[in-house]
Amino acid sequence: MRRRGSLALSAVMLALAAFSLFPLLIALAGAFKDDAFVFAEAGSLRSVIPEPFVGLENFRDVERRTDLFRPFANSVIITTSIVVVGAVVNSLFGYALARLRFRGRTLLVALIASLIIIPFEALAIPLLLLFAEIDWLDSYRVQILPFIANPFFIYLFYTFFLDMPVELEEAAKVDGAGPVRVFVSVIAPLARPAYATAAILTFLFSWGQLLWPTIVTRSAEVRPLPLGLAVFQTSPPVQWGDIMAFVSLMTIPTVVIFISFQRHFVEGIASQGIKG
Amino acid sequence: MTATPIQPGIAPAQPTPRRAGRRGRRSDGRAASGFLAPGGLLLGLFVVGPFIAAIVLSLTNWRLVSPLPTQWVGLENYRAIIADSQFWIAIRNNLTFAVLVVPLQTILALAMAVLVNRPVRGRVVIRTIYFLPVVTVMTAAAVIWRLLLTPDGAVNSVLGTITFGALEPNWLTSTTAAMPAVVLVSIWQGAGFQMVILLAALQGVPSDLYEAASIDGATRWQTFRHITVPGIRNALIFVVTVTTILAFRLYDQVVVLPTPAGGPRDATRTMMLEMVQTGFGRQLIGRASAIAVLFFVIVLALTALQRALFRESP
Repeated sequence: MRRRGSLALSAVMLALAAFSLFPLLIALAGAFKDDAFVFAEAGSLRSVIPEPFVGLENFRDVERRTDLFRPFANSVIITTSIVVVGAVVNSLFGYALARLRFRGRTLLVALIASLIIIPFEALAIPLLLLFAEIDWLDSYRVQILPFIANPFFIYLFYTFFLDMPVELEEAAKVDGAGPVRVFVSVIAPLARPAYATAAILTFLFSWGQLLWPTIVTRSAEVRPLPLGLAVFQTSPPVQWGDIMAFVSLMTIPTVVIFISFQRHFVEGIASQGIKG
Repeated sequence: MTATPIQPGIAPAQPTPRRAGRRGRRSDGRAASGFLAPGGLLLGLFVVGPFIAAIVLSLTNWRLVSPLPTQWVGLENYRAIIADSQFWIAIRNNLTFAVLVVPLQTILALAMAVLVNRPVRGRVVIRTIYFLPVVTVMTAAAVIWRLLLTPDGAVNSVLGTITFGALEPNWLTSTTAAMPAVVLVSIWQGAGFQMVILLAALQGVPSDLYEAASIDGATRWQTFRHITVPGIRNALIFVVTVTTILAFRLYDQVVVLPTPAGGPRDATRTMMLEMVQTGFGRQLIGRASAIAVLFFVIVLALTALQRALFRESP
């Protein structure tokens, strides 16, 4: 009885895996097969077989039709800046909230916690007006600056630092290290899990952004990948092989990063995702 | 969802009063201002300031390009929005989306979590596969699914086989099928994220409870119903409220999936799309700001609800 039940569960497990994987395999196969066949075979199992195989033909096609390198590089520049600078700024803030003594600390913690519920979408219009006013539209900074300080990640670092044992910090202080020194050589290295979580979540969010770049950019010079794809997929001629090549180019890096940091990724989200 | 993990709605952690050091009340004021300055400046400029500005703008008739002077109009924008049938269509679509996505995605994610939580071979590989769609950003996911949802695509070939050809809708151009298509893509992309959170919660359920249940001869379903579900209650509340909030942020999918953006006859028009089109298409900044403020109020209400539910936890 139990045994048969387990078998059924495993069958469901594999079916769900197929559901998760199938669309990705179609995209990958489509990137390498003859254009005409991608669409024609979309309804059959043959769609996951890259045949007739055309090598990098579709990628070259995309390259010819649109500048592929530009949006890719833009996404890398924007995302890396937000991830790296954000990690520094938010961890410093969270550390000060959790471990330094200053007036108004409790009030500030409450303020940060309440800022978490303001969705970015509610800020988009005034931000656009601000950036238009100072003539910053259509640039990298307009896509980077608003996303560096983030109440959610400040709070994440804050709770992480609250739970950290104080002994090491105390020892360093006794040795005469100042707050900056303590932070750089003792605290930050111990906070790797928090940094990993913040970096991963920031990366996913930033790499996928569509709404904000749509609003604040006009020229292909600074537009990131999602917007490049959104424009490319509707611009004639609609060739599905090319579109799948574009999709693959956009997805493969994130999949590679994900698989190499798998452990941190899943555990980080699991442990920091919910507190309560 | 866009794997937009920047989620509101986290229950506040209990601030443990385990303060560093009992030696004296020396303030770290100077160091603290240095540590807080960069973040504080950015938050002030790009979160607090714009938030106040959004509220103020929503009370004016600001237009992007207009020769007329901007005037204070009080609640006029809110009145206009509430009288606008298009806005209610958008709200209704958001609600339809939430009503479909929240239960379906949560059940799917819970099933995934339970399945890979069993001691079976290859579970890490399967877990990775379940998570892969999350790594695929929404724009890419929507584009891939456009192909699968074509009239002769994979979805219809599966559906056609199951229903012997009775059900093969034209997903992206039909007014009734466009929203379910958006739902399908969202679930595909978002379930893996929820799965990870639920999986962590599952692993926190004490194993002696399961042993006791098995000694008492509980069936698999009874165990699930009376031990697993109560054991992961908080994670379930979290996942459900966050998904509901995301349902009101719905944008990327409805822009990329059906053509035109917003779907056939507004079948997939949403609050966010309405906001963007009002603000930037029609250039009614004041009115778009009012939509943003209403959107914030909805998120606030959902967050409050979540916190109330957390507090009631036994």
